[in-house]
Amino acid sequence: VSTLLQQILNGLSLGSIYALIALGYTMVYGILKLINFAHGEVFMIGAYAGYFAALALGVERYGAAGFPLYLAIVVLVIAMAAAALLGVTIELLAYRPVRSAPRLTPLITAIGVSLFLQNAAMLAFTPNPRPYPPILKEVRFELGGVIVTNVKLTIFVVAIALMVGLNWFIQRTWTGKAMRAVSTNMDAARLMGVDTDRIIRATFAVGSALAAAGGILFGLDQITINPLMGMLTGLKAFVAAVLGGIGNIRGAVLGGLLIGLAEQMTAGYLSPDYRDAITFVILIIILMLRPEGLLGVVRPEKV
Amino acid sequence: MQLVRRLAVASATALVLYGVGLWLQDGLIEYVQRIVLLAGINVILAVGLNLINGTTGQFSIGHAGFMAVGAYGAAFFGVKLAPLVQRLVGAGSVADAVTFNVALLVGAVLAGLAGLLVGAPSLRLRGDYLAVVTLGFGEIIRISFNNAHFLGAATGYFGDSPAGLPAYTSFFWVYAWAIAIVILIRNLTFSQTGRSLAAIREDEIAAEAMATPTTRLKVLAFSISAATAGIAGGLFAYMQSGIRPEDFRFDKSIDMIVMIIIGGLGSISGAIVGGVFVAVTLELMRDLQQYRLVLYALLLIIIMLVRPEGLLGSRELSEVIRARFRRRKSSPEAAK
Repeated sequence: VSTLLQQILNGLSLGSIYALIALGYTMVYGILKLINFAHGEVFMIGAYAGYFAALALGVERYGAAGFPLYLAIVVLVIAMAAAALLGVTIELLAYRPVRSAPRLTPLITAIGVSLFLQNAAMLAFTPNPRPYPPILKEVRFELGGVIVTNVKLTIFVVAIALMVGLNWFIQRTWTGKAMRAVSTNMDAARLMGVDTDRIIRATFAVGSALAAAGGILFGLDQITINPLMGMLTGLKAFVAAVLGGIGNIRGAVLGGLLIGLAEQMTAGYLSPDYRDAITFVILIIILMLRPEGLLGVVRPEKV
Repeated sequence: MQLVRRLAVASATALVLYGVGLWLQDGLIEYVQRIVLLAGINVILAVGLNLINGTTGQFSIGHAGFMAVGAYGAAFFGVKLAPLVQRLVGAGSVADAVTFNVALLVGAVLAGLAGLLVGAPSLRLRGDYLAVVTLGFGEIIRISFNNAHFLGAATGYFGDSPAGLPAYTSFFWVYAWAIAIVILIRNLTFSQTGRSLAAIREDEIAAEAMATPTTRLKVLAFSISAATAGIAGGLFAYMQSGIRPEDFRFDKSIDMIVMIIIGGLGSISGAIVGGVFVAVTLELMRDLQQYRLVLYALLLIIIMLVRPEGLLGSRELSEVIRARFRRRKSSPEAAK
C-alpha cells in the first residue's frame, strides 16, 4: 500500500506540472483553434529563465542555509514575466500575420517557431543538461511509510495555487470574461466592443507565464534541465489537454493529473521504459473512444 | 498498341537508367554518388509525404517513423530471405535483385500498416490531431528500436554477417523506384480519388456533404504515404552497412517537411525539386551542422509568412512553364 501511495504522490506532483502546461495549450486552442507547438519551448525557456535568475540572485552563496523563500518567489516571478514576454512576442511576430490564413499555415508556422526556439536554445545554452539550482532546500520526512519531500509538496501546492488564481481570473475579471467571450465567438465578441487582439495577447501572456512556473517546478522535480525537454513534456501536456477536452480549462487540470498518475504508475509497476509511451497509448484510446475529451462537449462542425 | 508502347518506354527508361548508373559508378567520386542516391531517396520521401501533407492537407510531422519501420523491416527481412532465394536461383545478381525488391516491398507493407494503425484513429478528427499523433509516434518508434535487442538496439542493425548489410542500393534501383512512385502518385493525384483528396484539403465539410468518404480516403492517402516512406527507408538501409535508430530522429521528419514546403505544398514537381534541394544543401551545410535546424526553422517561418504556398504553390512545373510561354506568345508588347 505504501508504494502505491508513494506512486500516487509522485504522480500528482508530476501531473500538476503537466496541468500547468496543458492550461496554456487549451487556452490558446480555445481561442485560436491553433495547436501552439511552441508552447513546450516556452516552458523550456521559462525553466532556463528561472535558472539564470536564481544564479544572478546568488543562489550559490546561500549553500546549506537554503535560499530565502522571498527570493525563490522573485525567481518564479522573473521567469513567468520573461515567458509571458516571449509568448506575446511569438504571437505578434509569427501567429498574428497568419491568423486568417488557411489552417495549415499557422500550424506549420507553429512547428517552425518550436524548432527555432529549440535549436536556438541548443546554441545559446549548449545541449548539455544543467543541474537545477537548489531554490528549495530538500527536506525529507516519512508519513505512514511514504517518503514525502517538501519539494514535491511545494510543486503540488504552487501548481494548485496558480490554477485557483487562473480560475478566479477567468471567472471574475473583465479580461477573463472577455477571454471566454472570444473563445465562444470571436466575431460576436468583437461586435460587443472586445478588443480581440488585446485578449489574444493576454491569453498568450497568461498561458506562457503558467508554463514558465511549470518549467521551474519541473527543474526542481527532475533536478536537471536541457534544451530538448520542451518537446516530450510539451507533447504530454498537450495530450493532457486533449484528454480533459481541449479548450476546457478544468479538463486540462484533470487531464494533467491523470497523465501524471498514469505515467508514474507505468514506471512503477510495468517498466520505466514505457513511461513515455503510455501517454500516446492514452492519446490513441481517447481519440478512438471519446475524441471530445472527458469534460468536453460534442460540438458539430459548422460551415 | 498502348501496352506495347508502354512496355517500350519502360524498357528504354530502364536501359537509360542502367547506362547512367554504370557511368556514375566509374565517373564520379563516391561522395558525389552518395548525394545522387540520397537525392533520389529524398524525391521518394517528398513525393510520398506531399500526398498527405500537400494534396490531402493533413499534416504529418513524424514520417521519419515510417521510414524507420520500412528500413528495419526491409533490412531484417532481406537478411533472412537472402539464403532462401540463393538456394532457389543460385547466388548472383538475380538473387540479389529479387531479395532486394521483395525486402523493399515487405518494408513498404509494414510501414503502410503502421500508417493505418496511426492514421485510423487520428484521421477521423481534424487534421491537426494527426500532427501531434505522428510526432508522438515517430518518437515511440525510435525508442522501440532503441530497445529492440534482436534489431541491435541502440548500436543499430547490421545484419547477420560481420560485413554489415549488403550494398544492394544502386543508382538503377533508387531511380527506378523513384520514377515508379512518382508515376503512381501522379496518377493517383489526377484520378477521381485524387480530386476527392484535394476536395478534403480545400473544405472537408463541403467534401463530406458531397458524399466523399473523407475518413476512408484520408486513411488511404496516409497509408500510401507511409508505405512510400517505407520504400525510401529500405533503399536508405541498403545504402550503408547498417541502420541506427539515431538515423530516424525528428530532424529527418523536419527535412522532409522542408522539402515539400520549399517546392510548394501539393505540387509533385515541387516535391521533386525540394527533395533534390535538401539533399544538396545538407551536404553543403555539413560544416554548419549545428546551425542547420535553426536555419530550416527560420526558412519555414519566413516561407509561411511571405509565400505560404511555396515556390510553385499547388501548381506543377509544367503548368508554370506553359503559362509563362503562353503569356509571352499572346502579348509580345507586354513582354517588353
